[in-house]
Amino acid sequence: MIYRAIVIGGGPAGLQAALSAGEAGHPVLIIERESRPGGILKQCIHDGFGVIRFGEKLSGPEYAERFIDEVQKKENITLLLLHFVISISKEKGVFVVRTTSKEGITEHRSETLVFANGCRERTSRQVNIHGTRPAGVLTAGTAQYYVNLMGALPGKRCVILGSGDIGLIMARRLTLEGAEVLGVYEAKDKPGGLTRNLYQCLTDFDIPLHLSKTVSHVFGEERVEAVEVVSVDENMCPLAGTEEIIECDTLIVSVGLIPENELAESLGTKMDAKTKGAIVDQNMMTSVNGAYAVGNALHVHDLVDYVSECAKTAGEHIAGEKREERNLLPIEQEGLLYLVPQQLDINSLKEEEVFYFRSACEYKKGELKIYRDGEEIYKKKYAMGLKPPEMEKLKVKLPPLERETRLKVVLEGKNE
Amino acid sequence: MSELICIVCPNGCRLTATVKDGKVSVIGNKCKKGITFAEEELTAPKRSVTGTVRTVFKEFPVAPVRTDGEIPKDKVLALAALLGKIKIDAPLSRGDTVIEDILGTGVKLILTSDIKSKLTEE
Repeated sequence: MIYRAIVIGGGPAGLQAALSAGEAGHPVLIIERESRPGGILKQCIHDGFGVIRFGEKLSGPEYAERFIDEVQKKENITLLLLHFVISISKEKGVFVVRTTSKEGITEHRSETLVFANGCRERTSRQVNIHGTRPAGVLTAGTAQYYVNLMGALPGKRCVILGSGDIGLIMARRLTLEGAEVLGVYEAKDKPGGLTRNLYQCLTDFDIPLHLSKTVSHVFGEERVEAVEVVSVDENMCPLAGTEEIIECDTLIVSVGLIPENELAESLGTKMDAKTKGAIVDQNMMTSVNGAYAVGNALHVHDLVDYVSECAKTAGEHIAGEKREERNLLPIEQEGLLYLVPQQLDINSLKEEEVFYFRSACEYKKGELKIYRDGEEIYKKKYAMGLKPPEMEKLKVKLPPLERETRLKVVLEGKNE
Repeated sequence: MSELICIVCPNGCRLTATVKDGKVSVIGNKCKKGITFAEEELTAPKRSVTGTVRTVFKEFPVAPVRTDGEIPKDKVLALAALLGKIKIDAPLSRGDTVIEDILGTGVKLILTSDIKSKLTEE
């Protein structure tokens, strides 16, 4: 049996990609390594999911289960749990996905492939923290798993390194569960998470946020006994003489997420050094024909609503009957942290194309312009400012494009 | 004059609210919800609360819950303490009520994940 699509990952991206790819009744297979679908949303019990998609403030499990319910109603979508993908290849135009499970190694074949396998957390070993390796050093996601899925409190006196959203949300969560959060430390001079999370997770509970400070050392033999924090300069280099010892039993690191792409890379997919995910066109198709990347495997999103949205784009393209040869036009960019898609298939341009971007740095005001062969064809003003942690979305009506066209997206920011 | 961050949606607008003769005027809001938020935040702040409660089921030892609406901010910690005392012993479904009236606020506490479908049949 050859599926229309095999979707790797049963989180929000994979569920939506499968629903859209199977919309016309084609057989679709979702491969999930855990015992339950839902991905990371299973443990994201806080609310705020779905404001854009459903106009409601849902918790993570509620958001995921709406899609799980839909998938389970579809007879043409198969959900394979506790299966781990070990290799992927493309043989005579057909994708062959090998999985391992209790049943042993099995092969699954499909016309198209969707990478919806999410991202992973950067660990304390990736941010130059010295000292011993006692119990009590965990990533924010692991702490969240302990508290929200196992019902276990990982520590009583916690220091959090990193001000990304998961770190902020865990600061509040641990406080509500009775732990003391001594402070959130951020090596950069700007907080990493959404502004509203700073307000409702830290300010509400009087948890101090220390900018331009990082954790440099962990102390303790069996269990964390203390950490050393230090001020850093603008290049994030520690400043001698600013060291401070904080007694605690837990260090939680929330220092960034990295898209998981070992499988995609094994297929020869071209990567974007800025997003750390695959380079895609407007249909979310990677450099490998028929292989798509969506969700946090493509680039780390701050809102799940957009994860679902890009997965829908890929799924709809898979369900569509048109399979013309692609004609790819790369997009030049300036002033952006990154831009998705990074290229356009000019043979399948729609009436409007959607772009997602982050600004390279924080601006009080900004103007985003798109140029075709040096001529301005689109302009959008950002009077309320732009920040790298907050992804922006654009819908653009593009004029006809040729293979030789130079398309450039430029962000001009001001901070006066 | 108060500097607030609107927490209604992910935009997180930075609001400057001024109270003059009992009336709140707001700048920095992208939509009307920002005005309501600022008025409430300065007079009677409210929050939605999420958390977990224990269950008797080994496959699903804790179940997520949330307030079905917002409760006064000064009751958040009391609710958190209350959640620690609850243990669910029925295979409830998503959306089912766990507490009818949280601490006299008139707001319900609801289950946000389906317990029933996660239990393995014995």
